[in-house]
Amino acid sequence: MGEMYVSGSAKHDVRIVDFDLQFACPANQSLLRGMERVAARAIPVGCRNGGCGVCKIEVLSGSYEKGRMSRACVSAEEEENGVALACKVFPQGDLTVRVLGKMGRKLAPAHTPAAR
Amino acid sequence: MGMSGVLRPGHAAIKVLDLDEAVHFYTNVLGMLETGRDSFGRVYFKAWDERDHNSLVLRQSDRAGLDFFGFKVRDEASLDKLESNLRAWGISTERVAAGEMLATGERVRFESPSGHLLELYAEKKHVGTPMGNRNPDPWPQGLKGIAPIRMDHSFLAGGDVAKTEKLFTEVLDFYVTERILLDDGVTSAAVFLSCSTKSHDIAFGLHPEPGRLHHVSYRLESWEQVLRAADIMSMNKVSIDIAPTRHGVTRGATVYAFDPSGNRFETFSGGYETYPDAEPIEWTFEEMGSAVFFHERNVDPLFFETTT
Ligand code: FES
Ligand SMILES: [Fe+2]
Repeated sequence: MGEMYVSGSAKHDVRIVDFDLQFACPANQSLLRGMERVAARAIPVGCRNGGCGVCKIEVLSGSYEKGRMSRACVSAEEEENGVALACKVFPQGDLTVRVLGKMGRKLAPAHTPAAR
Repeated sequence: MGMSGVLRPGHAAIKVLDLDEAVHFYTNVLGMLETGRDSFGRVYFKAWDERDHNSLVLRQSDRAGLDFFGFKVRDEASLDKLESNLRAWGISTERVAAGEMLATGERVRFESPSGHLLELYAEKKHVGTPMGNRNPDPWPQGLKGIAPIRMDHSFLAGGDVAKTEKLFTEVLDFYVTERILLDDGVTSAAVFLSCSTKSHDIAFGLHPEPGRLHHVSYRLESWEQVLRAADIMSMNKVSIDIAPTRHGVTRGATVYAFDPSGNRFETFSGGYETYPDAEPIEWTFEEMGSAVFFHERNVDPLFFETTT
C-alpha cells in the first residue's frame, strides 16, 4: 500500500521550471511518480529505480530526501550541488526543479518515426 | 548434430545497487533459483529448466548496468579456435581463470566494438533441473514468482553496431535474422543475431554511449505466461516499462520491466524457429514502431535511451 495517500503524509508543491508545470507531491512519493500521477511528461520517465539517469534534475530550491542513485548517473559532486534523479527525490517541502535529462534526447526524433 | 562453436547465451553478470533487495527480487518475483555465492560477494542464479550452474550473476556496485555477458561454446577445442579467430580478426582477448566464477571453467574475454565485455567458455558445472534426468516431471512444483524457463537473450546498446554485426557473423558464426534500418535505408539501428534456431540469441542497437545494457530476456512458455508475468509484476509493484504486447521483430510476446536497480529485463515467449540459410528480415525506418511494438505501432525514443 506504499503509494496510497496515507493520512499524515504531507503534500508539497513541485514546480518544474521551463515547463510551466506545478503539482502536489506527497512526501512519501517520488517526485517522478508524483508527476506521472498527474499525467504530465516534463521529466522523462525511465526505470523509476535510480539506475538509468533519464529523469535527472537539478533542485533549485527546497528540501528533499534522496534514495539510492547510480553513480554512473549522478557524481558525488553533482549530488552535493543539488543534482538528483527525480525517481529518487522525495519532497520534504515545496520544490523548484529544472529538468536535465540524461543525454538531451539525442536519439530522438531522428532515429524513430513519429506516431501515426 | 549441427551445432558447433557458440551454443547459446550462458550468463549475464549484472551490477545492482543493493544486493539484498536484488536477491529478493530475482528470487521471489522473477523466480530464479539461487545456486551459490562466491568470495567476492556475487550471487549466482539459474532458471528452473537450465542445467548448468548459473545464468545470472549479481554484484553489488555503486552503479547499475552490465558487468559482462557470456556465451557457452561446444568444447575446449571450439574455445581455442574461436579465441585465435578473434585475435586474427584484430580483437584482443584475455583468459579469466577457471573458478573465478563459481562452477565455471576458463573464460575468453574480449570487448566488442559496441563497448561490451563479452566472454566465451566451454565448461560449466552440470547441476541439472529440479525434475532430474530420469523419468522427469514436466515442471517442478513450488516455484516462486514468474519462474522463467531460461535466460534467453540480451539486447546490448552501444556504438558501431555494423562492426559488431561483422564480428558476430564472421568470427563467432552467428547469422542475422532481422534488422531495423535507419532513415538512410542502409545503416542498421538494431540487428538481431542467432547462433541456434532461435529467432535471436543476442541483439545490438545504436546508442550514443558504449557498453549499455538495454535488457536481459527470460523465456516463458506461452502468451498466457507473459500475462501472468505482468500480473505478478503489478502485484509486487514492479516498475513496468511496456505492458504485454507482441514484437514485430521475432513475433515474440513480451513484457518489459525494471529490476530494483533500474536494469531492464524482459519476459518473453514465442519467436519463430529459423535456420542459418534464412535471408534476414528487414524493417524500414518508417515501420520501426511496428517492428518493436506491433500493436502500438509506435516506439517512444525513451525506450531506446533508457539503458543502464
Ligand atoms: S527513471 Fe531511471 S533513474 Fe530515474
Ligand atoms: Fe528481447
